[in-house]
Amino acid sequence: MVENNTHKPEQGAPAKKMDQAEIEIYRQAKTIERVITIQQLKRRQRLKDIVRKFGIYALLALGAVSMVGPFLWMVTTSLKEAGDVYSYQKEWWREWIPTTFVWQNYVKAWQVVPFARFYLNSIFVTLLITLGQVTTSALAAYAFARLRFPGRDRLFFGYLATMMVPGAVTMIPVFILLEKFGWIDTYKAMILPAVFTAYGTFMLRQFFLTLPRDLEDAAKIDGCSYFGIFWRIILPLSKPALATLTTFTFMGSWMSFMWPLIVMNTHGKFTLPIGLAYFQNLHTTDWTLLMAGSVMMILPILIVFTFNQRFFVEGIKLTGIKG
Amino acid sequence: MGANRMKFSNASRESLAAYGFLLPNFSGFLIFTSLPILASLALSFSVWDALSAPPKFVGLDNYIALFKDRYFWKYCWNTVYLMMSIPIGMAGSLLLAILLNQKLRGIVFFRTVYFLPTICSGVAIYMLWKLIYNPDFGVLNTMIVKLGECLGLVLKGPYWLTDELWAKPALIIMGVWQSVGGYNMILYLAALQGVPRDLYDAAEVDGANGWQKFWNVTWPQISPTTFFIAIMSIIGGFQAGFDPAYIMTGGGPNGATTTIIYYLYNNAFIWLHMGYAAAIAWVLFLIVFALTLFQWRFFGGTVHYT
Repeated sequence: MVENNTHKPEQGAPAKKMDQAEIEIYRQAKTIERVITIQQLKRRQRLKDIVRKFGIYALLALGAVSMVGPFLWMVTTSLKEAGDVYSYQKEWWREWIPTTFVWQNYVKAWQVVPFARFYLNSIFVTLLITLGQVTTSALAAYAFARLRFPGRDRLFFGYLATMMVPGAVTMIPVFILLEKFGWIDTYKAMILPAVFTAYGTFMLRQFFLTLPRDLEDAAKIDGCSYFGIFWRIILPLSKPALATLTTFTFMGSWMSFMWPLIVMNTHGKFTLPIGLAYFQNLHTTDWTLLMAGSVMMILPILIVFTFNQRFFVEGIKLTGIKG
Repeated sequence: MGANRMKFSNASRESLAAYGFLLPNFSGFLIFTSLPILASLALSFSVWDALSAPPKFVGLDNYIALFKDRYFWKYCWNTVYLMMSIPIGMAGSLLLAILLNQKLRGIVFFRTVYFLPTICSGVAIYMLWKLIYNPDFGVLNTMIVKLGECLGLVLKGPYWLTDELWAKPALIIMGVWQSVGGYNMILYLAALQGVPRDLYDAAEVDGANGWQKFWNVTWPQISPTTFFIAIMSIIGGFQAGFDPAYIMTGGGPNGATTTIIYYLYNNAFIWLHMGYAAAIAWVLFLIVFALTLFQWRFFGGTVHYT
């Protein structure tokens, strides 16, 4: 390359005399040289890409391990011999793999406390809250989204405004009210206050507003009642939103801790979260059973999550509000 | 005239139907939300132990007492301290979102894994972390000791939940673990996908490197999301802290993990100072209200998605 530039002017004449074949060879050599560099460049680029990808995967894997690690240890502990929890293991992996798998822990956890009872209570309470909330929210959301009536916007604004009032504000009066009704320590006390939420109404209303009106207009002309429109047109079109609300409500009430703790006294009526806390106080030392109970408590949530994963993303996008 | 009457009856039929649809939700809403809000306000101006005769009106006494209550200030400080998990968690969420925004295989798998702590959050997870933090046989301190053995050092982990100095950091670490791959990460992922491609192209033409592209293109473009997450998390943060503290520390050691909401719970349902607890609730409301107004002023309520 450098020599090419050092051609002196008087050498220009002989260069012209260079025959065609020589020029051709020269050109080919240049081309080959360029091809090689492009290939090298490509290879270098690919190598860089691989390193980058590897780096990203390494970071992601590291993160994933720290996310899953505690869960793994939870399962491991739930399968350990009760004494093994406290003893110091010489090899580090003994912490993560039990010496013997004591499946009996799960049976024991079920028998020692009325764990089955807690489970049934939780299922009962959660199903009723979910059903109640989705039903009443959908009905109200339809009225807000589609029907015209005096005071609609003011009322809706009232709903919205209460959404920013912390639950702590209403907790005390609701407790006093339930006491006056004589409902403390009943399932009603856990279920009813959780059924009527502004959040569910707001979320479904936002979704109903996005539905096209043509079908409803056609149904109206055919003489369909408002409930008929709601039932046969709006609800079938809103399956994703309904599923999202159902999922969020289910998870929320399955995990709900503070309110049941406040209103329940008899442990035969406890749900899983307060049952587990009660169990902890009873058997402070038996961590294997406690972990077995915890694993069983999380299991339904994992199942719901696996099947309804996309609804989580949907729910966030619908309202911009964290569930 | 006839047409007019029919129109009128149609409109009233529609209103009637609307009230019918609203009735179940509205009656419950009235009983369990609207009226209790008013009752709570009234209660905050009175003294009542929930047992004896009717509440006694005391004016602003509860609020004045609260203002002078050094425990209340201590627990406010605890609540704010514990919110350190918010910036740490947000930085982690953003980093994860950037990593997950690459076009690579297996991203869905990782997203699912990162979401696990968020969806499972609750009593079971707090029990698990209480055991993890056990100073003698919890896995964290065991690992610290093992690491020390590998390096030929004698390392010893702190007493975590029973140490006044370490209890709050312990809860913060758990909080970050729980929230880093959750809703915030998904919000960030959506925001990253909404950044116009040509902005990056233009930056590349100008010869910007990855770091410069992040600070000059990505960061300003996703700043509404950052702001939204920050405000929502702070609003949540002021009301948080009861469940984990109740399970893991009982609010201790020496009140180090008692938050505002925990103090409210103790006042209302342990010591039966209903009026005082209601006053705490209203202070909490004022904080949340101010933050919400602040957010509305700047963003009109929600983040926009494309």
